Amino acid sequence: MVIEKRWKTWVFFYIPLAVFVVGTLFPFYWMLITAIRPDAELYRSWRAATNTPFWTLQPTLEHFRDLMAKTTFPRWLWNTFFIAVASTLISLFCGLLAGYALARLRFPMAGTLGTSIFVTYLVPPTLLFIPLADIIRNFQLGNTPWALILTYPTFLIPFCTWLLMGYFKTIPKELEECARIDGATRFGAMTRIIFPIAVPGILSAGIFAFTLSWNEFIYALVFLSSPERKTVPVGVVSELIRGDIYFWGQLMAGALLGSIPVALVYSFFVEYYVTGLTGSVKG
Amino acid sequence: MKKTIAGGAGSAAGFEVALPHPRTSQPAPALTRFLENEGLLAAVLLAPTVLLLSLFIAYPFVMGVWLSLSSTSVGNPGEFVGLRNFVKAWNDSIFRTAFGNTFFYTFWATVFKLVLGMWLALLLNRHFRGKRLVRASMLLPFIVPTVLSTFAWRWMFDPTFSVLNWLLYQGGLITTKLPFLSDGTYGLWCAIVVNTWRGMPFFAITLLAGLQTISPDLHEAASLDGANGWHRFWHVTWPLLKPVTLVVVVFSVIQTFSDFQLIYVLTGGGPANATHLLATYAYQIGVATGLLGEGAAISLFMLPVLFIVVWVQLRYLRRLEGA
Repeated sequence: MVIEKRWKTWVFFYIPLAVFVVGTLFPFYWMLITAIRPDAELYRSWRAATNTPFWTLQPTLEHFRDLMAKTTFPRWLWNTFFIAVASTLISLFCGLLAGYALARLRFPMAGTLGTSIFVTYLVPPTLLFIPLADIIRNFQLGNTPWALILTYPTFLIPFCTWLLMGYFKTIPKELEECARIDGATRFGAMTRIIFPIAVPGILSAGIFAFTLSWNEFIYALVFLSSPERKTVPVGVVSELIRGDIYFWGQLMAGALLGSIPVALVYSFFVEYYVTGLTGSVKG
Repeated sequence: MKKTIAGGAGSAAGFEVALPHPRTSQPAPALTRFLENEGLLAAVLLAPTVLLLSLFIAYPFVMGVWLSLSSTSVGNPGEFVGLRNFVKAWNDSIFRTAFGNTFFYTFWATVFKLVLGMWLALLLNRHFRGKRLVRASMLLPFIVPTVLSTFAWRWMFDPTFSVLNWLLYQGGLITTKLPFLSDGTYGLWCAIVVNTWRGMPFFAITLLAGLQTISPDLHEAASLDGANGWHRFWHVTWPLLKPVTLVVVVFSVIQTFSDFQLIYVLTGGGPANATHLLATYAYQIGVATGLLGEGAAISLFMLPVLFIVVWVQLRYLRRLEGA
């Protein structure tokens, strides 16, 4: 280890790190403090002498109560969860099979297919949402959860395939060859020998895919129209603002509650998530 | 005769006991023979992916190109109009602003994310107490739905109740409120700040993964040779980190260039259409106004840039594989 003087450690390490931590987490603190602050305090004059922006002496759960009872927020939570889980499962299924084929099997056009799946990975949703909205309408899928369950895999499958392909390549070929000598079919060796070993990779891909579909916005905004069908991000944006009036307490309560599920999933599987994240760009 | 594989759903350690004779539940012979053919098995395995991607990526893409060449709007099938939509967009001053904004926004946000993300990665690469917790919490802005965290920022930039204005005022740095979101230039910079806040953890964590593969011996050797901190970074760390940095930058450029949600929530393109990006303007024309053809044309203006970025990435990957 390189040895440094004490003051240097403070100036070059602790202080910058503290600034990063405060800067990163402050908006979340601000969300929380706004969500539990009573309205009377929320809209107090900027230069009032009694202004205590960083804490409140009368915390209230009123905003949370209103959100749960007077809006369709619980419904949005359920929609988001259902759509995220369904699209993640579809993408994992497709990605698992495709990833295996690209990593292990020799067939004509393998290279071309691999490249084109990679290219679709780089196509952003904002490029296609207008024609896609038209297609969704033509398929009679508009304003149904299926509009999202079927379109989210377009950005999840390429990612899952890419990640799992990398994972399969790290598994020694000999394992399958042994199983095949013992009489396993190609298909059997894949499902019973290779897939079980790939569970950590599958978990990484799944966690990452779940957070991506929980956060998706533009497709949900364009494809869904009735309030009770919406997902959390779209519902908060379009339903909690009435006219031009922002109910900040309620908005921040909604932002907080909408963030907690992904934050929880993330905190239980940090290592898997990070593997997924770094794997997603490794190529 | 029934056998199950031990550790079927278990971890990697479980497979050592496995490797039995998986002859047990054989499918019908015809199907088995069919799947023994490598090419046919590959076709079966790839079919769901190819189907979904061609239905919801390739088809919309072709359709988007067709829409952009037609005068389609909601409830009106439209007709072929050639490049008229593109010409019209190019002569539209709001479009010009959005076009310029997109480059400006992408450039500065990427620069900030790279510099700050690299700095944070270097800090996190050291040993200190609570390292795991700090590392995990640093990713939070990236995990949480962008729309929701952008709302928190919007509230922090509120014209009347901005906490940032309050802080600057109390600190004696300003005497009147800054017009964070009510001025076009300020608005775009605010969006760059929020985008940096959100995307920096992605850079930091990915670069950190790259840093961890660099052997400490190299730094040890360099410092014995008398290299100071900056030299060690510039001559040892940076060259080794370049490949992963390029990939991260490419991903970030694509996402930032095509960004929609952040602007949609933060400024909505306003004030007076001064902060639109290509994606938000395409939404306004294509969905809010219902001019599908013109909207599709505006979003296709993103294509050349995305194409160049993807091409760079593919070339780079090829070179890696070749090496």
